Amino acid sequence: MADQGKVDPMHQFEVQKMFDMFHVGNHEVAFTTSAMWMVIAGLLLWAFMIGGMKRQLVPGRWQVAVEGFTGFISGMMNANIGPEGRKYTPYVFSLFMFILMLNVIGLMPFGLFGLHPFTVTSHFAITGFLAILSFSIVLIVGFWRHGLHFFSLFVPHGTPWWLLWLIPVIELVSFLVRPFSLALRLFVAMTAGHVLMKVFASFIIDGIAAGPAVGLGVGIPSMALMVGISGLELLVAGIQAYVFALLTSLYLNDAINLH
Amino acid sequence: MDVQAASLIGAGLAAIGAGMAAIGVGNVFGSFLESALRNPAAADGQQGRLFIGFAAAELLGLLSFLIAILLYLKAA
Repeated sequence: MADQGKVDPMHQFEVQKMFDMFHVGNHEVAFTTSAMWMVIAGLLLWAFMIGGMKRQLVPGRWQVAVEGFTGFISGMMNANIGPEGRKYTPYVFSLFMFILMLNVIGLMPFGLFGLHPFTVTSHFAITGFLAILSFSIVLIVGFWRHGLHFFSLFVPHGTPWWLLWLIPVIELVSFLVRPFSLALRLFVAMTAGHVLMKVFASFIIDGIAAGPAVGLGVGIPSMALMVGISGLELLVAGIQAYVFALLTSLYLNDAINLH
Repeated sequence: MDVQAASLIGAGLAAIGAGMAAIGVGNVFGSFLESALRNPAAADGQQGRLFIGFAAAELLGLLSFLIAILLYLKAA
């Protein structure tokens, strides 16, 4: 095993500092690659939405693309929450589009031009913050609409009286686990996919380092697999963004309609 | 057995869980397809539930992957 050719699959997740901004106490606040890719995703989303929000009677291609996304999310909110859900559609839509854009640009092969993409959603700090945001909106909406009656969420309809000591505890635990599961799912799915791609890429590099015969024998199947996995990762990027939005809408439904 | 070897074996054992989750995810989509072909008219309305089941099955596999990678990085 040649050790100098070893590829570290975790290196891609390192947050690098681009320039200093200011200090808060002893803590340094710097503009990082993570922040840069979030800004890029925000700008791309802004351009995408501005280009499509034309309100033409006969929509062009761009407008159809934007309306496809908005219609998809508002249809989901209608199906899961009902007419009350319209108020929260903008939040879930921004969440979905932001996560989708971050996932997808993290997969783009900008590395060919020397600009290595950074998958912002592969960090628990980011996904955890998004999950806490969703969870606090659920809590605020729940307590604001129902007051202390919101706690009846923990006693489902038809609970037999002799199980009243157990069911609320289970419901409470499953309620409190929600932000963690929401954040962990997105973070681990993106991390796992990118590690997998880097591992297959390192097979090719190590194979070439071991000689032309091994390089061809290992490299070609690895490359074919990587093409397939890239497609799969694109699918996962979409599904994870959708699942995040779907679960947020279901949790909002709990807070609004108290199942 | 030293701690490093034990961690690596534990990481490998934890990775079994990822394969188990593959069975679970396959089961979710397989059952959906099976019943969707019996009643295609009702299939579109159940897509949200399909993805909830997928998300639940996948989360458990991802958790075992997380544990595997934590053990692996601790040993390496």
